[in-house]
Order: sequence, then C-alpha cells, then structure tokens
Amino acid sequence: MSTRLSTGGRLIDRSRKIAFTFNGKRLTGHPGDTLASALLASGQTIMGRSFKYHRPRGVVASGAEEPNALVNLGQGKTHEPNQRATTTELFDGLTATSQNHWPSLEWDIGEVNALLPRFLPAGFYYKTFIHPRAFWKHVFEPFIRQSAGLGKAPDPKQTDPDRYEHFYAHTDVVIAGGGIAGLQAALEAGRAGARVILCEQTAHWGGRAPVDGVEIDGKPAEDWINDTVQALEGMENVHLRLRTMVAGVYDHGYILAYERVADHAPAADTPRHRLWRIRAARVIAATGALERPLSFPGNDKPGVMLASAMRDYITNWGISPGDRTVVVTNNDDAYRTALAIKAAGLDVPCIVDARPEADGPLVQEARARGIRVLTGMGIAGVKGLRGVVAVQLCRQAGEGAVVEDVVCDAVAMSGGWSPVVHLWSHCGGKLTWDKPGAFFRPDHARPPTDQNGEGFVVCAGAADGALHASECLSNASTMARNALTSFGKPAPEAEVAKAAAAHEAPLAPIWVMPQGAGPKKRSKMWLDFQNDVKVSDVQLAAREGYESVEHTKRYTTLGMATDQGKLSNINGLAVLADALGEEIPRVGTTTFRPPYTPISMGAIAGEARGEIFQPLRRTPLHDWHMDHGAYMEPVGHWRRAYCYPRKGESHRDAVNREINATRGGLGLLDASTLGKIIVKGPDAGRFMDMLYTNMMSTLKPGKCRYGLMCSENGFLMDDGVVARLDEDTFLCHTTTGGADRIHAHMEDWLQCEWWDWKVYTANVTEQWAQIGVVGPKSRAVLEKLGTDMDLSNEALPFMGWSAGKLGGFDTRIFRIAFAGELSFEVSVPASQGRALWDALHEAGKEFGVTAYGTEAMHVMRAEKGFIMIGDETDGTVIPQDLGLDWAISKKKEDYLGKRAQERSHMTDPARWKLVGLETLDGSVIPDGAYAVAEGVNANGQGMTQGRVTSTYYSPTLKRGIAMGLVQNGPDRMGEVIEFNTTKKPAKGEAPKTVKAKIVSPVFYDPEGEKQNV
Amino acid sequence: MSDLVKSALPGARAEGSVTVEEMGLQGMVTLRADLLASGAAIAGVTGAEMPGIRAISAGQGCHVAWMSPDELLILCDHGRAGAMVADLTAALSGQHHLAVNVSDARALFRVAGPAGPLRDTLAKITPADMSAEALAPGEIRRTRLQQVAAAIWFESATEARVICFRSVARYVFDLLAMSAKPGGAVGYH
Repeated sequence: MSTRLSTGGRLIDRSRKIAFTFNGKRLTGHPGDTLASALLASGQTIMGRSFKYHRPRGVVASGAEEPNALVNLGQGKTHEPNQRATTTELFDGLTATSQNHWPSLEWDIGEVNALLPRFLPAGFYYKTFIHPRAFWKHVFEPFIRQSAGLGKAPDPKQTDPDRYEHFYAHTDVVIAGGGIAGLQAALEAGRAGARVILCEQTAHWGGRAPVDGVEIDGKPAEDWINDTVQALEGMENVHLRLRTMVAGVYDHGYILAYERVADHAPAADTPRHRLWRIRAARVIAATGALERPLSFPGNDKPGVMLASAMRDYITNWGISPGDRTVVVTNNDDAYRTALAIKAAGLDVPCIVDARPEADGPLVQEARARGIRVLTGMGIAGVKGLRGVVAVQLCRQAGEGAVVEDVVCDAVAMSGGWSPVVHLWSHCGGKLTWDKPGAFFRPDHARPPTDQNGEGFVVCAGAADGALHASECLSNASTMARNALTSFGKPAPEAEVAKAAAAHEAPLAPIWVMPQGAGPKKRSKMWLDFQNDVKVSDVQLAAREGYESVEHTKRYTTLGMATDQGKLSNINGLAVLADALGEEIPRVGTTTFRPPYTPISMGAIAGEARGEIFQPLRRTPLHDWHMDHGAYMEPVGHWRRAYCYPRKGESHRDAVNREINATRGGLGLLDASTLGKIIVKGPDAGRFMDMLYTNMMSTLKPGKCRYGLMCSENGFLMDDGVVARLDEDTFLCHTTTGGADRIHAHMEDWLQCEWWDWKVYTANVTEQWAQIGVVGPKSRAVLEKLGTDMDLSNEALPFMGWSAGKLGGFDTRIFRIAFAGELSFEVSVPASQGRALWDALHEAGKEFGVTAYGTEAMHVMRAEKGFIMIGDETDGTVIPQDLGLDWAISKKKEDYLGKRAQERSHMTDPARWKLVGLETLDGSVIPDGAYAVAEGVNANGQGMTQGRVTSTYYSPTLKRGIAMGLVQNGPDRMGEVIEFNTTKKPAKGEAPKTVKAKIVSPVFYDPEGEKQNV
Repeated sequence: MSDLVKSALPGARAEGSVTVEEMGLQGMVTLRADLLASGAAIAGVTGAEMPGIRAISAGQGCHVAWMSPDELLILCDHGRAGAMVADLTAALSGQHHLAVNVSDARALFRVAGPAGPLRDTLAKITPADMSAEALAPGEIRRTRLQQVAAAIWFESATEARVICFRSVARYVFDLLAMSAKPGGAVGYH
C-alpha cells in the first residue's frame, strides 16, 4: 500500500492541504500534487478497471504516457471522461470517479471476464460473436457495451460552462519539451536571434534531470535549469509556455499546441484551454524518452509501476509506493530507483536483473548499499489479487519455474527507454533501429520535409536517442544549431554546459520474461494495459497470418485509444517480430498520428459556440423582424423572416394572412439578401451574353430583364433580374444563396478564361437594403411618401427601373413582380434601409400594410408559376426542362452551357418537364413526393414518372397547388397521375397515393393583368 | 435625414483587455482599374500617392488602401463617398475602371488598448501574423476573423481598425469582445 513519506517531495507544498474526492471519498493532498500522486498518498492504489477484463489497475507511469489511471473528472456540467490522473494537477474541490467499474471499483462483476480470457482473444470482435447472427444484437452487443468502454460520455443535456479559444502565432522555431534538452535548444535559438516558442506540457521546467540526479557543470541540474530559464526569460525573442503540449506537427510548418490554461485553477475567469495554431520554420522536438514496461506474468497488477515513475513519485511528490519494492530490470537506469527507494528509508528486498551480469557503477552502488542484486533472473508471477503481496522469481533463461518467493508490496520495472519520436513522425519523418539501445530513433537522412523540400523537424536530446545525460545536452546543442543554420539563423559559438551522471552499462533486450514462458504465463503478460492486449494476443495474431504491424494493431487493438501505444509500441513490435521470425526493424512501426495525447473538443471548437458558433448574417431590417415576432429561417448564413405570426396564430395562418393582405392591398418584403453584382466595362455586354442564356447586351439603360445562368455543363445554377444602369454597366440580381458563388463564378471566368476582356465586377449585395413593395396599393404608398420620379405605368412600365428620391431617401426603384401583383422593389443604401422600412409602414397604414416573409413569397411565386432555384432546380435540371426556352437566345453564337445543352441526353424528349399539379381533392401533395408509374425497375423498386418540386396551400385559390417535373408533362395536360404520400396504409392495403391533374404551372392571373397596371 | 441613417451597430462598445467600438458610418469606395496607369488620376482626386502592395497612403481627407493588383479601397467621410465615386469616374473617363460606393456594405471597428494585448486580442481570431514587424502602421491586411472576411490595419501601436461586411458586424463585434474578455491575457506579443 502506498502512502506519503514524512519528508521530501520537491514539487509539493507541504504547508498547505487541499481537499478532493475520489468516488465520493473525501481525500486531501498538497498543492503541487497530481491527482495520481495525491491518490497514492491516500493509499488509493487501484485507480481504474481495465477495458476488456475489468482487471483492477493502478497507476503505471507518472506522466502523459499513463495508460491505466484514467478518471472521470468533474461532474455535471464540467464532467470530462478519460482524464489522466498523472497529468491532472490537483486543485481544491477536484472531484474524480473511476471508470469502467461495475458495480464498484473494488468489487467488479466484470472481473469474471478475466477468468474467461479465452473467450476474448485477439480479434474477438471479428470472430467470436459472428454466429448465430441474431445473438449479436440481443446478447453479445449489450454485454460488450456494458462491460467494455472507458469513460462515461458527458450528459448531452449539460452545457460546458467554460470558455475556450484559439491563438495564432507565427515564429521561427517551436521547441517541444522544456527538459534540459529543450532548454539547451532554446538557448541556442535564442542566442541566434530566432523567434522561439518553447512549450512544456507539465507545470515545471527541467524534465526528469533533477529526479535522475543529473549534475550540470558540477552542480545539481536544478541550478542550471533555474539559471537557464532565467536567461531565456531575459531574451525578448524567446517565449516560454508551461502547461502547453505540442500536440501535432503538420505540413508547411503548421503546429498545434494545447495549452491547459485553467485546468489547475478552474474557478478563475480565464479560458480553460487555448489551442495554439502556430506557423514555424523549424520544430525542435525535445520530447525526451519514455520507459518501457517488462512483459512478465502479472505485470499489470496495482503496485507494479515503471521504475522511473516510482522515482518520480518518491522524489517529486514524497510518495512511498510501498514498504518493500522489488526492482526488476534489464538495464542500469532502474538501479537509480532502487537507490532512491533506499534513500527514502524504504526497503528493496532485491533487484531482479535479467542480464547475466551487471557491474556498472550504479549496480556497484546498489550492492554497496546492501541491496541484493540477482542477475540472470526474472519474475515468473506476481501474487496478490488487488495489489502485490509477493513476486515469484525464476531464471530468465528458463520457462518460469519458481526458485524463490519474495514478499513485497510494490514492483518497479524497467525494460529500457524509447525516444519520443511522435512529432518527428507526424509529418513523415522516418525511423531507424538502434540496436545497442533497442529503440527506434529518428533517421537523420529521412526527415519530414517542408514546402521547400527541407527537413523542418529535428529531435534533440533523449528524443534523438541521446538518452544519457552526458550526451543529452551536447546532442541538443548540435541538433538545434543544425536546425538554425538550415534556415539561415546560425547560432553564435558558445560553450555547452557539461552534464554528468553515473555511467550505464548496455541493456539486454528482454521482450518476454522469462524467455521460455509457456502459453499460460504469456497470457498473463500485458503489453498494452489500456487495451488489455497481452503477449499471447500478438503471438496469436502472428499465427493467424497478420504479418503487417498495422494489421496486427487493428486486429489486436495494440497501441490504440488514448495512449496511442506510448508504452506498448516497442514491446508489441518486438513480440510480433519474434513470432514472425523477423528482425524488429523489418517489421517496422505503426504510424504516429497527432495529437500526441488527446486534446479537448472545447479547445478544437475554440470560441465558436453559442452566439458566435457561426456568423449569422443580418439585414439592416433584422431588428425589426425580431421585434415583430418573426419566425426566422436560415438561408445560407442569413436569417430571413419566414413569417410574422401574431399571438395565437399558426405559421400557416400567418402565411395565408400575409398573402391575402398583399394580394388585397399592400405587402412589404425584406429582399435585402438578394445578390447584387455590378458588371462594368467596354466588354460588359459581351460578358453578360456569355453568362446568361438570353441576350443581355441589347437591354436598354433604364430597363430590366429576367435572366438565367447555367454552368458550363448546361445546368441551371442561378436566375435573377438584370438592370442596365448605363451603357457600360449592368446590375445583376442573384438569388440570396447565389451572391458570393455567382460573383466568384464571374471572376473565375474573367481571371482564368477571358482575362483580356475589359470587365470589372463588384459584389455590392450589402450596400443596399432592398424592399419589395407589393400589391395593388404599392404605387399609392410610394406616391404618398413623395418622390421626384414618375411612377406611372407609362413612365415606369413593368421591367423598367428608375433612380431618385423617395420620401427623402436615395432610391432605385425596379418594377419587378415576383408575386404577380403590381409591385416595386425599392433599393436604398443599407444605412437608410430601416428608416425607409419604417416610413413605408407608417405611410402604408391606410392601405393595410403587412410585412410578409419568405414563405408567403414562395407561395405567391408558385401561384404565378415562377421557378425557384433550389426548388425547381437541383443541379440536374436545365432551363429547357422548366419550359424556359423563351429565355434561351437562339441568336447567340455561344453562352455558358450552350454546347452542353445540345448533348443527346439534354435534348431527349423524354426528360421530365415542368408542369402544374392540382390535386383532385384539393389537398397539398407532400413535399418531395414522386409520381408513381407501372412496374418495377431492375432493383425491384417501383417505377416513377415525375416528382414534385414545389407544393403549397394557396390561400388565393383555396386549394393545394404544386409544380413538378413529369415525363412528357406539357403534352399530358388534363391527365391525372398519382403521387405517393407518407400516410401509413392499413395492413395489407396498397400504399396511399394522392391523385393530381396535370395543368399549366401558372395558377394565378395567367394574362399578367395584375402586375401590369 | 441624418438621424435616419444608421451604421450596423450604432454605439456598440465592449471593454476588456482592450476596448472595442463600432465607429459609425465610414465612407468607402471600391475602385478597380489598372493601377499602373491610373496613379495620376487617382492622386488628382484623392491627393494620395498610389499605395504599394498591402499599404495605405494618406490623401486629403481620405486614405487609399491597396486591396489587390487591380483594386483599391478609398476611405473618406461617409457623406463624401458619392462625390468620390463621381470624381473618380470623371477623372478616369476614357479608361476602363469601376468606381462604386460600398460604404454601407461594411462595418468599421476601433480596437484600442496597450500594444501587446491589442495584438494578442486580434491574434486569437485571425491567422494573419499580428506581430509589430509583420503588420506595422501604414499596412493593411485582408484576412479573416475566424469565419468571415475582414481587413485589419494599425493606426498606431495602440489602436487598430477592423473592417468587415455589414451583415456580420454583430459576429465580428462579439468575436472581438470575447477575445478581449478579461482573464484571457496571452502575453505573447
């Protein structure tokens, strides 16, 4: 059982206590603790349950690589699953619960899985639960869902109360890692005058050098670290950032760093996380190395820990991991842990060294301290159910016959170290196998390359394989200097501090302990603690033919999930290589992908939530709509008034009222969102003739013309009214959604194809508020406002426009009639829009003025048989389908889409064509309904002969009306066809349909008398 | 009439690490022309020299900002924009060009405060380099503020201006206000 030592702990403040809860239990720790160290101090060694077998698990590591100690952090609104206890700084009031336990952490019913591991072998998802089929849904899946999985998903009804943000930075060098290598690299880069961002993922500078007893220039490493940080703080070009992890390296020197601004102080009014989006010329990954576990039976029991982690807990947080700790190792470094345990006044009954001989200085020191060193030995088993009570020793060379039981309550294991090469690999840097060290390190000849084809990431210090302190600083210096020179910022000559630590003899590559272990023992050796993958699973995968490491990863789940194989990768590879009879470098590694450790969804979203989740585009009249209870609908990023329901009025009733008021007197529509693009130049007429299907160049100044725009594939993409402002200038109205797209379309043609045409365009959509003044009283209200324009039918006929003063406003008035009534579209500078709208309402009172929304607009245009882009068109419809042949010039040599429209399929007489549809019973055909036809197609689906494109209740005609595309439609006037409906048929009955007669699409005022007065 | 003419967010103001204010109506004219051939005509109307790439040059009661190789933005009093269009059109007659009043299509914000926090506030929402070296007074950057287009320039070390489209003025104001919120200091610039 673990506890707090009476002294020591370089990172904690023993003078203060802070309270937290774990599974509801009130516990205390000190400022500077991590959740893991505070739990250990409280004797809480079991911190979670494993993924598949629900085995009790304790903390294995002390940092970002921790696979086991994942907790649900916070509760309610702040609940967040899968948080590492080892990287969670303790704060007052922290609440955590353990994960994947059922019903309790101490007694878990799922633990029986552990008794049945042969039912959950590698690839169990793929093979065990296939048959019988029906069992998957009702038996297997519910069982697996109940027992597997890690954290609890946040409650979807809760809203995260914290705020998040992004931060864009541009710099020369990003250094990942604030250990001694990172600090040395920063010194070099700082002296070179480069702009530097130095990120350290923990709250402390210096990495593990102070814990490992490194001396720099004859003094404790801590002194050098403090001096160096101080020196860096004095450099204006160096920016230091704690609690910031470089999460990913991407192409073009793009780097994501994840800053946990307020995780340790949640009450503060600060963003919780900040996502740094950095552009840098070079990345120096001084990310250190991670210790590997040893694969011996029972290596996953609570109390078994990485040797380095145990040293960290003792030195940094004053934790006793147990009274008696057995150290098991294949290298000299783990002896430091034995010495640290001894120095803390605790017992090391023995050091189990798998190497045949061990005689380095650290070994000698251990012996001198009276520690029993057993060479050529291994661990054959760990006794204890929810902790360690003893280990069974055996010969490493043998099959695991027990030679001795050693009573102990903790085990420190070390299987050697692996450089953290993730950032090197994110962008394609290749690795090379270092045989003496038994690890992969960066292959300097094959770095990740930037946009100039140059390597832009270097690893420095332990991350480059310079694991020993004596090489670490000089390596970091050299690598940093190389990187700086490579982009023209050479560092000045400077003395590199000398780091020193006890010499270490080479390790022995030990991948299975004992080497001859049989199947039973191998199925108790955990490779991947987080995903419950064992030596036996990888060997099984190899036997089943999985030769590729990537396939094995997916088959066994080795190295997946939140820890991304930080501990398991090399051990798993080595076991696979052995099973395949291959060399480790021949088997290769899996791909390292960003992020290095998981980053929060909040950080990714940044500020984009709530009101600023997306930009809402507001017209100058937006506030009026809101004040008048408009029901708003999204149209692109715009919000437009759909209708203005009065108290107690349904939307449909509101729409009907708005239509009746407009047709009966005066309606006002906010049409400001209509696209408005100016096209000007000597070649403007020629350009317009190419853009539109009809002839625009013959349009006279002062006149308007409706036009269609097609893509080069012939499909109708936009429509609108064009006004000729003067000889050289056209104003093109586009659909609301088309403004930006059509402007880009115009510029595309002008810049890429017709670059020598003299035409300029400008998108002036937002310069103007546009108000539809519609209905028989529209002229009256405009004249009442007072104008210097002659608005009579003779002076301003249908499809004419005029500019002048209207009630003191600077306006353009277009005689356009989308509703089929006498109507005027009044365009006014946006700054005057609201005032004009108010003035029209004031003046229109006597005419029963009524604001109408987009739905009334839609219904009224459908009553007139006018098409709507996006309703009648869907990207597969050509103007000819819609009976718009009159708007296609026969005289023009060319226009965009012309040739495409001459292809055989486009001229096929059997294409579905636009007609009007009147239901026999007056009902409204459901939106999206298809006209059914006889027979079935090759897939057994019912045949169709048309579909509805627009369908509404017309309050004017007091019946349902629709437009649709029907095969040979215009030739079948009067014919009755049937449309499917969503009404549920009674059992045994045929699906319900609705009968409709094919009619002209113009339902209202076919002669156009209403608009022409 | 003047009380009936309204900018996008009259009087909008937020205080934080920096102050964000909507500046009311601003005259803006888009001019598209062959900039190599129109310098004298433009100088005649504006009194400003042709700005270099991404530069703003000062004229008589107006500023001329480079937008693209064939586009300028002329900033002047709101009331003068119409006359500016007419004058430019007259001065450039016979030469292919387009001058158009876009004053009301835009919103203008002042962001003011200590130099470092000012640049940090903007760097939270724009991918453009906000360092003093990369964007000094006299230069204008067309970029984006998170999800919308914007242009940014510095009047001085402690005051920046932001132009965006009128319809997204509220979004941009909210973004700037959120970025300026106390407690969010970064200390980078």
